[in-house]
Amino acid sequence: MLRFLLRSLLLGALVCSTVLVASFLLSRASGNLAINIAGPEASAEAIAKIQHELGLDRPLPVQFYDWAARAAHGDLGRSFLFHEKVSSLIATHFPVTFRLGVFAIVLALVVALPLGIAAALLEGTMFDIAIGAVALLGQAMPSFWLGLLLIIWFGIDLHWLPIAGVETWTGYILPSFVLAFVAIPVILRLTRSGMVDAMRADYVRTARAKGLSRASIVLKHALRNAAMPVVAVSAVQLGFILGGSVVVEVVFNIHGLGYLAWESIGKGDFPVVQAVVLLFSLIFVGLTVASDLVSALLDPRVRGA
Amino acid sequence: MSAIRRLPLVLGTAIAGFAVLVAILGPMLVPHDPFTQNLAHRFVPPEWLPGGSPAHPFGTDQLGRDYLARLVLGVRISLMIGLTAVVLSGLIGTTLGVIGGYFGGWVDAVVMFIVSCRLAIPIILVALTVVFLVGSSLTVVMLTIGLLLWERFAVVSRSATRQVASRDYVAAAWCAGCSRRSIVLGEILPNIVHHLIVVATVDMAIAILLAAALSFLGLGVPPPMPDLGLMIAEAKDYMFFKPWVIEIPGLALFVLVLGINLLGDGLRDLLGGESGG
Repeated sequence: MLRFLLRSLLLGALVCSTVLVASFLLSRASGNLAINIAGPEASAEAIAKIQHELGLDRPLPVQFYDWAARAAHGDLGRSFLFHEKVSSLIATHFPVTFRLGVFAIVLALVVALPLGIAAALLEGTMFDIAIGAVALLGQAMPSFWLGLLLIIWFGIDLHWLPIAGVETWTGYILPSFVLAFVAIPVILRLTRSGMVDAMRADYVRTARAKGLSRASIVLKHALRNAAMPVVAVSAVQLGFILGGSVVVEVVFNIHGLGYLAWESIGKGDFPVVQAVVLLFSLIFVGLTVASDLVSALLDPRVRGA
Repeated sequence: MSAIRRLPLVLGTAIAGFAVLVAILGPMLVPHDPFTQNLAHRFVPPEWLPGGSPAHPFGTDQLGRDYLARLVLGVRISLMIGLTAVVLSGLIGTTLGVIGGYFGGWVDAVVMFIVSCRLAIPIILVALTVVFLVGSSLTVVMLTIGLLLWERFAVVSRSATRQVASRDYVAAAWCAGCSRRSIVLGEILPNIVHHLIVVATVDMAIAILLAAALSFLGLGVPPPMPDLGLMIAEAKDYMFFKPWVIEIPGLALFVLVLGINLLGDGLRDLLGGESGG
């Protein structure tokens, strides 16, 4: 178990450091950061001055070492444009995105788990086929379009929910729903196929032969085995939801981390972009490591692999 | 029952086939030019709404451009992005996956590490950044998405290669003195290609949605090109009074992606491939 834990952590750390280097290189790849900040009409001296102030005139490895050493101490530098520390920008924008992501994944699980289990138990019936069709429709839905349609229907036509912002908790409903929509088909399909396999397995036949009730067979024996991959994929999906929240945040005008990154990309404010990309990667790696651990705790077979 | 089971393949082939026809022939058949503005004819509603005219069956946009002509060109742009991205990501992903799956050991560990790194980066933010840095154009969008979207090809081709590599005919080819190169090209690839076809449809649908999202966020296909995501972004300021301005391009995008997904599902049932993660 300890070896498994260490290997999983080491791999996660390696992935993070690779992403760190990659995101640094990406932000410096253009080579004209100072021109972006000074504006296209700035004189050569003004650009040189900005380059010097931001340390952009030093060799790349020196810049990287400096940045990484500060980042390790929680200092992510200053935004070129907001004149604020990147770390405090992130601290103010992160909670909104985090709440959105958590609401979305909970909503996705609440919808997808029961439907997936029901579809598996009713395998081959019209209900099963209808659920499969719903999953297909969900996969094809462009999330920004769904968001706009919901704004028209629930915000304008029915006046039920706010159309922008998250000043009240009702503002979270529509954006969380749109974000959940991305994860629902994946979790639904996985739950269904896992349950179908589990219901055919020997241990379920044994449980039946013992005369256990159907509820106990489904919930205790089959679901526990089918839930394993669902735990893993939910963690991954939460990572995708957070990383992809930019679209929904822009549609609903929610000033979270995705919105901040989008705004910063459009203005060439790369310390912010770099930090947000890095943070999302760290969260993703953290989630996968955590799901590996949960799987290993639940299932001894994983530990040995 | 078997009719229902075959429905995805039939419906998917019909929608995707129609989209390809529209993309190839459509721009020649539509009487209007997709770029010509006519400010006297802004927001002409589609034919089925009051005030619509048969001259513009899907209406006109905020600059008086014919919506049908723009939709048709938009479908062509989406398909071009989807195809290019899939070819590029297929080449990258399959190469990585087959190498990892065939050689195993530390080579495989390196491949899986690269895949983990790719999964850890938030794809849409990185794509936005790349398009901003390089400058937005259709080519840049196609290449960026192709270079970012190969992980499903890598994962599926790796696991399929592992299965195939342990078969007797691969061992027989090795004993007969075939080189590694000819085993990979002659024995392994032909036996995993049905998995790859299914992955190609899944990734094509994702690439089209991703490209539309980039255009919607203003860092994808640049105006005045009629990308479907861009059409929605440009029309969204008027959607409260005229919902059809976003409903029409959105529906086109939704049906196009649905068709490709249905085709993929149908092919999976037909060929027995897997769609992967």
